[in-house]
Amino acid sequence: MTSAPPQLSAVSLPVPEGNKTVGRVTVDEPLICSRNVNVYYGDKHAIHDVNIDIARNQVLAMIGPSGCGKSTFLRCINRMNDTIEGARVTGAIVLDGQDIHDRRQDVVQLRARIGMVFQKPNPFPKTIYDNVAYGPRIHGLVADRVELDEIVHTSLQRAGLWDEVKDRLNNPGTSLSGGQQQRLCIARTIAVNPEVILMDEPCSALDPIATARIEDLIDELRASYAIVIVTHSMQQAARVSQRTAYFHLGDLIEVGETDRIFTNPRHKLTEDYITGRFG
Amino acid sequence: MSKSVTETRALVEKTLRRRYWAERRFRAYGLVAVLLGILFVFFLFGSIISRGYTAFEQANLTLDIFYDPAVIDPDGQRSPDALASANYNTLVRNALRELFPDVQERADLRALSQMVSTSAAHELQARVRAHPELIGHHEKRRFLAAADVDQLLKGKIDRRQPEESRGISDRQIAWIDHLQQKAGLRLYFNSGFLTKGDSREPEQAGVLGAVVGSAYTLLVTLLLSFPIGVAAAVYLEEFAPRNRWTDLIEVNINNLAAVPSIVFGLLGLAMFLNFFGLPRSAPLVGGLVLTLLTLPTIIIASRAALKSVPPSIREAALGIGASKLQMVAHHVLPLAMPGMLTGAIIGMARALGETAPLLMIGMVAFIVDIPKGINDPATALPVQIYLWADSPERAFLERTSAAIIVLLAFLIVMNAGAVILRRRFERRW
Repeated sequence: MTSAPPQLSAVSLPVPEGNKTVGRVTVDEPLICSRNVNVYYGDKHAIHDVNIDIARNQVLAMIGPSGCGKSTFLRCINRMNDTIEGARVTGAIVLDGQDIHDRRQDVVQLRARIGMVFQKPNPFPKTIYDNVAYGPRIHGLVADRVELDEIVHTSLQRAGLWDEVKDRLNNPGTSLSGGQQQRLCIARTIAVNPEVILMDEPCSALDPIATARIEDLIDELRASYAIVIVTHSMQQAARVSQRTAYFHLGDLIEVGETDRIFTNPRHKLTEDYITGRFG
Repeated sequence: MSKSVTETRALVEKTLRRRYWAERRFRAYGLVAVLLGILFVFFLFGSIISRGYTAFEQANLTLDIFYDPAVIDPDGQRSPDALASANYNTLVRNALRELFPDVQERADLRALSQMVSTSAAHELQARVRAHPELIGHHEKRRFLAAADVDQLLKGKIDRRQPEESRGISDRQIAWIDHLQQKAGLRLYFNSGFLTKGDSREPEQAGVLGAVVGSAYTLLVTLLLSFPIGVAAAVYLEEFAPRNRWTDLIEVNINNLAAVPSIVFGLLGLAMFLNFFGLPRSAPLVGGLVLTLLTLPTIIIASRAALKSVPPSIREAALGIGASKLQMVAHHVLPLAMPGMLTGAIIGMARALGETAPLLMIGMVAFIVDIPKGINDPATALPVQIYLWADSPERAFLERTSAAIIVLLAFLIVMNAGAVILRRRFERRW
């Protein structure tokens, strides 16, 4: 990014007093810090005072029962909540020392830096090639067709889809199977070279084999990106993430190393959820 | 105490018969409705085509014309003025006289020459002015027969009726029979109907002026209403905030769609003609008025089409960092385009059939020339139909139906074009 704000390395914001979350919400060199984030949908107070850091090269899993606000929080990070009528976000979400709600922060620029993969695979009704090429094209990342071909190739390869589609790049993206479509969406996201990838239950519409492929892929992508994944599957959280955050009714209850959360939860609610007593 | 399995089954079976019966009845209602619809369409087309097809034929007769120098150019100067002002009717009359040497009375001679259309003299004038060397020579030429002759040949005038209520005398009928043998009087394909403008004489009247007028009017309408309608719909649906003002606008657009069309005509008269001083009877103004008329339809249909684009596509585009305009232009609009085109088809079809607003802005005038641009005086097909339907001459009856056939053909061609366009935009999911 040419016009990105100057990189302030490892700006860690202090955790405000009154933070009720159990466990360590900060990391040593955070990429994103969220402090006292509240979201309202009209009169409904969807999430309350969420404080959490997101680290580079790490997968953060957000778990919790339906309606607990984990997807809502995820959509705050790339300001997708802006598109929802009546949604209001307060508090600070700081990316590289810059509040994403700051007037100087352009939302298009932000979404180019923070990619998103959605619950239902949503390829554009265009060709496979155009699906991946769309982001680089609109952001002007490439000078010519050769460069674009290169980006499409590497993105599809990194998404583990290249071998399956290399002979039919001009077929519509919607002609692929569900798992392939979701990998196409991941390829489309990494084609614009983001810093963070947000995933909103990316495997909930997929079968176990496709899920396993996506999980492997997430593990590989971690080397280059910070990844935040919302999931309903605790096994998935345990498999792919290094840190886990447990949400309950709009509160961030507990954050910690994934191993620790699943073996030794400190909060009663976390323990109940993980042991399957509800949710 | 719950019911036993057999009891439950018996109960289900009892309701089952009722449910199937209800379904059969409902399907029968639907079938009857569809059949009724088809029947009415069949009647409509049947009556129009059976009345109108005869207008595509026209009685013609061939006369041996002697370009008499004594009549055309007594001075022998060949001056353009003399050639233009000569009495070419005399040439026609002379040719007829040769066929009927026994007709001598002045009144009879006039009746005889009335059996050839008045266009014959104009044709001869044009011919002589283009080829003065013809003067002094003979030439066989085909001319339009008068409308009454045409109607008799087509059997629209009953020979058995008493003479006074028939509009054509016994002598004339005898002459017609004679002409059929001697002058090749018979029905030919009526190319003039499709290549000429309006006329007071039914046999010379054509529909091309109205077709071209309608085409220009609709072109203006399409070029204005589609972009404006789509832009308004996109703004209201994608960009405008939801508040009382946009609600008010929405309500008003929906109301405008229900306003009687003549009100738009009055608006056009007051605004475009009186205030802006645009020319009367022009397709430009007609197009502007019809734009006002079709805009609500197109806006409503376009908004519905935009609403039907799945939100996942919008999220995908926004999530990758597309601006709102890019999201709309690259993803939403292409997907909504088929629906928008459907709205445009409905709007344009309505515009094509509108008469009332065009009456208000003077497109009802009698215009012979075929319009050459959007500022020329013109009339439109439905107005032409209205004008002809109002004419007392018997021969305009079949022409009215024929003009309706042309209007329907115009409509079918236009809609087919839109359907083809829509097919190209449609994408599979």
